[in-house]
Amino acid sequence: MQRTTMDLWVGLFVVMGIIALMILSLKVGNLNVYNPSQSYVITGNFENIGGLKVRAPVKSAGVVVGRVTNIQFSTETYDAVVTMSMDARFQFPKDTFASILTSGLLGEQYIGLAAGGDEAMLKAGDKIMKTNSAMVLEELIGRFLFNKAAEDDSF
Amino acid sequence: MPKRIVSGIQSIGHRVIESIWRLGLASRFFILVLLKSGTSLRRFNLVIRELYFTGVLSLIIIVVSGLFVGMVLGLQGYETLQKYGSESAVGTLVALSLVRELGPVVAALLFASRAGSAITAEIGLMKATEQLAAMGMMAVDPIARVVAPRFWAGVISMPFLAAMFSVMGVFGGYLVTVVFIGVDEGSYWSQMQSAVDFRFDILNGFIKSCFFGVAVTAIAVFEGYDAPPTAEGVSGATTRTVVTSSLVILGLDFILTAFMFRGVS
Amino acid sequence: MESSISMTSDNLIEVSDLNFSYDTRAILKGIDMTMRRGQVIAVMGGSGSGKTTLLRLISGEIRPTSGYVKFAGEIVHELDRDALFKLRRKMGMLFQFGALFTDLSVFDNVAFQMREHTNLPESMIRDLVLMKLQAVGLRGAHRLMPNELSGGMARRVALARSIALDPMLVMYDEPFTGLDPISLSVIGNLIRRLTDSLGMTSIVVTHNVEESLKIVDYVYFIADGVIAAEGTPQEVRESVAPFVHQFIHGEEDGPVPFHYPTQAYRQDLNLEDSVA
Repeated sequence: MQRTTMDLWVGLFVVMGIIALMILSLKVGNLNVYNPSQSYVITGNFENIGGLKVRAPVKSAGVVVGRVTNIQFSTETYDAVVTMSMDARFQFPKDTFASILTSGLLGEQYIGLAAGGDEAMLKAGDKIMKTNSAMVLEELIGRFLFNKAAEDDSF
Repeated sequence: MPKRIVSGIQSIGHRVIESIWRLGLASRFFILVLLKSGTSLRRFNLVIRELYFTGVLSLIIIVVSGLFVGMVLGLQGYETLQKYGSESAVGTLVALSLVRELGPVVAALLFASRAGSAITAEIGLMKATEQLAAMGMMAVDPIARVVAPRFWAGVISMPFLAAMFSVMGVFGGYLVTVVFIGVDEGSYWSQMQSAVDFRFDILNGFIKSCFFGVAVTAIAVFEGYDAPPTAEGVSGATTRTVVTSSLVILGLDFILTAFMFRGVS
Repeated sequence: MESSISMTSDNLIEVSDLNFSYDTRAILKGIDMTMRRGQVIAVMGGSGSGKTTLLRLISGEIRPTSGYVKFAGEIVHELDRDALFKLRRKMGMLFQFGALFTDLSVFDNVAFQMREHTNLPESMIRDLVLMKLQAVGLRGAHRLMPNELSGGMARRVALARSIALDPMLVMYDEPFTGLDPISLSVIGNLIRRLTDSLGMTSIVVTHNVEESLKIVDYVYFIADGVIAAEGTPQEVRESVAPFVHQFIHGEEDGPVPFHYPTQAYRQDLNLEDSVA
């Protein structure tokens, strides 16, 4: 008698634990969007990656479509080679434009993809040709001040 | 007073040797428990019984603490992030803190003081009242029959408890920031989801809690089995379980974190 | 040596020149004993004389420093773990305060060994458990938990548990300690009755002279790790050996001194010049 109620509680405990793990995986960790088993890898060369980090999201139109898996420095071209693992459900044209963007003023940096119009799609191992570097705050301020000075001169 | 200094050094040396001795004893006991786990895996109802005592009875403290820790995290995170106008990132802060660190660690600390101390006291009292000796006399190995089921129940329940702690914490953070303060619900979840990675954060947190489960229950069963069979002996062993496992949890957490997240970010 | 009841002549237990010491402290020094089947044997001696150690040596819990214990023809300390556990199924032991499993009911305590060691169906276990409990007069208490039992009842349940698998030998470690006179004679009579009806052998370790002399067939006195005296209850009662006399009649001073050995009293009180 006593044993069955105890079994029930233990069963309930295990079910709750599994549900908690599932909530963590699906709701908190968003496992369903990014599944490494169905993915393809593409690379892109960036002049300056700013603060981009491995595992940063790759987004298109704000939707996460992949993740940065590796960042390396190329001694041939003297720029950064960023490897991205893309969700196999999303295919992008060959002339897709990749740029390093920042979410919010101080937020994380991510790669934004803007689809082009090419008929051919990017395949595994392909390289994105059109890239745009990260905005570096100092350059931005410098450019702003330079423009401001030029404007002042024109008066 | 050189004599006093000498005797002081002697007593320190004696204590060091003593603790190394106990460490060796504990390791041998741990191996013994693993070797004799066959019975508890074959007769799983023994483990289920202990799961009730270690897991189910720890639920309340884990769930309530998780909720409060999440609420505090949400409140503090909001206060800080709001200064930079990025209060929408509070979900990320709550979830990452919980899943990576606080969930496994705090759940393990609570587990050590709730279930670990109970395991030690129970085994220690069984020893003090000669129940373990009686079992041995009945040709039933107390390590296989009493210790191993408790050990495995602890190892199994720890990851579940840590996961529940994290989920309750995320919910607590949601409650405070979204429901009470009014952070946008969509950004709470979406920021969280884009920042928390399954493999790096959730799986690593899960692995951590498994390690903690093994460490806490191994310490608890050893201290109970090794306790001097007196009232003071059992109470001392119970205290040692909580103190030792808390230290081991925190130390182990540092080592595991260094292994898991090094070079990632 | 003759025994008042001569049953089967073969010996269940032979103890030969048994020595045991903790570190350098000798507990037992050259013990020789023979225990026949069907007998109730008392091992008596003062507190700390090594009686319990003897039981632990017989059950193989500890190994002798030298000498051996032979149980049913097998030398106990030479057995490996599995053989020892097999041997222990033929032994039962009643611990001082019963040592019932506090998380199991009376029924489950008695059923414990049957469930661990046999594959009997639950219905048969139920019948066997109730039979064992009936033998100790506690069939009606099978649903109670150990903390609901009095000291005497707990000891009777433990007795039922130790005879659960019909052992050849039951050892009793101070079975009379802390019992009221009624429970005391109930336990004493149970030991005698169960020994006779189940055809087993009983070793009673005790310092309760009155009760044990009523029920036993043979008595060993242990003092300072050696056998100080032995004989049938009749012989023991009439013994003039100083130790036995002191023990049986409970005299304060004698071969067992009242004072713990120490330096001279005068010296302790600094009445003489002490060594610096």
